[in-house]
Amino acid sequence: MHFADGELPQDYLGYTYRKVLLILGGVVALFFLLIISISVGAVSIPPYEVFMTLIGQNVTDKWDRIIWNIRLPQALTAIAAGAGLSVAGVAMQSILRNPLASPFTLGISNAGAFGAAVAVIIFGTGRMTSTTAGAVVINNPYLTTIVAFAFCMLATIAILGIAKIKASSPEVVVLAGVALSSLFTAGVMFLQYFADDTQLAAVVHWTFGDVGRAGWSEFSLMAVITIAACIYFIANRWNYNAMDAGDETARGLGVNVERLRNAGMVVAALVTSVLVSFLGVIGFVGLVCPHMVRRVIGDEQRYLIPGSIVMGALLLLASDTVARLIVAPYVLPVAILTAFMGAPIFIYLLLRGYHR
Amino acid sequence: MILSVDELKFLYRNTNILDDIAFSISEGEIVAILGPNGVGKTTLLKCLNRILVPKEGVVTVGGDPIGSLELMEVARRIGYVPQRVETGRLTGFDAVLLGRRPHIGWDITEKDLRIVDAAFKKFMIDHLRLHSIDEMSGGELQLIAIARAFVQEPKILLLDEPTSALDLKNQVEILDRIRNIVTEHQIAVVMTMHDLNTALRYADRFIFLKDQSIHTYGDKSVITADEIEAVYGVPVMIGELWGVPCVIPECLCNGNGKTKREDNQEHSSMREGSAYVRYT
Repeated sequence: MHFADGELPQDYLGYTYRKVLLILGGVVALFFLLIISISVGAVSIPPYEVFMTLIGQNVTDKWDRIIWNIRLPQALTAIAAGAGLSVAGVAMQSILRNPLASPFTLGISNAGAFGAAVAVIIFGTGRMTSTTAGAVVINNPYLTTIVAFAFCMLATIAILGIAKIKASSPEVVVLAGVALSSLFTAGVMFLQYFADDTQLAAVVHWTFGDVGRAGWSEFSLMAVITIAACIYFIANRWNYNAMDAGDETARGLGVNVERLRNAGMVVAALVTSVLVSFLGVIGFVGLVCPHMVRRVIGDEQRYLIPGSIVMGALLLLASDTVARLIVAPYVLPVAILTAFMGAPIFIYLLLRGYHR
Repeated sequence: MILSVDELKFLYRNTNILDDIAFSISEGEIVAILGPNGVGKTTLLKCLNRILVPKEGVVTVGGDPIGSLELMEVARRIGYVPQRVETGRLTGFDAVLLGRRPHIGWDITEKDLRIVDAAFKKFMIDHLRLHSIDEMSGGELQLIAIARAFVQEPKILLLDEPTSALDLKNQVEILDRIRNIVTEHQIAVVMTMHDLNTALRYADRFIFLKDQSIHTYGDKSVITADEIEAVYGVPVMIGELWGVPCVIPECLCNGNGKTKREDNQEHSSMREGSAYVRYT
């Protein structure tokens, strides 16, 4: 025992206590936002009645059906997707040692879009129906999802293979992701060139990420994968701290860096693939949320990972709520809003960050 | 004997980097690995705690071959401070607390916090506790990195050029603190170095690497002008200044860019301003 005479560091404990409070504050905010998100929409339901319905009190049958069948799954899907994308983003930034890394850096979203295009155009799973809402319906969503997921996994395996050959060097992985992204984008363009109008519309519609697409069964699967990923990354928070201190420092601390990198990439890719194949492409959440949390909480992974999870859930739920209202009675897919919001927020964060 | 190395051989892409390396180190000793650039000093250091896996040979730590130990167990016995550490927006306390990684189960305990607290006092860097490490100077960062390796509670500490990026004051302060703690806690330190004078000042034993293997290993008595010339290919003078051994190259630049080879026989004609060396 070298250093037996230390005291409990009250100053440091106070400092970490503030971070815990911030994260808990985020959780409370998330709860209130969930109630508000469910209460607003085409049919307005007062927040108190929403709360009563959620705890099992039947207020009216109509509200009951709206809440349980439509709004709650959509809101919970937004929470799960936001949390999943954000935790994948914070992990990729650490794994690839690159602040611009996000779940999509590996080319996963473009691979998913290509998969959906293959399903719609080659397997003919898409068609357009002229309903009053003008919705494009993908008549075999499961096949589309499965093919999209298969291509997401293909991209992941390709990246891992390249990482293996070049011993997991972060630069190589980032550049390989860029290359794969353009390859799949080219593939989508190629397929779209030969598609007819309805197929084209279905493919484009698929790529607009929308949390309203998921029902209870899809939500359950996404929630399980997201929770598992969150637990995995939180359990490895000390290893990620070590990796952030540099590969050699991490090895000196007994962390198997290559294995950690590869396992982290697989988990992040898996959660991204599941979310993308069910919901379509939802950009910027995985990139922006970790940076917002970094500005407030710092880079310490013990607080950064839980903070990013809460922030991702908050941001996507808020975005989806706004997207449902902003051009009412039309309901905007949330991805369009996140893309609009994401870029200015990101530039603002960058500028503010460099003037610290 | 806390660390011993036997017949160590390291290849990189089929090129011999290190061959037939053997030495051993005892508790409370500071060992300096010396030699020209690219000779494999850092590689040797990394072989000692299995950051690099040697092709052949055995490294034994506290009686156990290092290959038989889990990575975390190696980290509990050997601390490592690389030449370069990455920074981020976390406090000095967070950064040093990371050194407890090999001892942490699910989360840190009060004991870990107390140990880190004591380390900050010991290294006299209390003012850096809640200071963000991405705003620290090179010297402060190096102190943090060394404190981190100390709270790992290792038996052996490996330092890769601990002072090469530091100014004179920081060099002296850091090495003084390491020296004190090494003596107090009977840790063994292995460090690579370029500066022969600093090494002479602080190390107990010296390993000279040349042509992939150990040219010389021993205490201060092995450091002679001939030995240094053989390893570095530069003729040097070794003298004493108030009892402190000093090494300076024989080729002295006279200040205006011209270099002039000193004549060994005429050491009485040392140029003005260079009278600090008594040629031995």
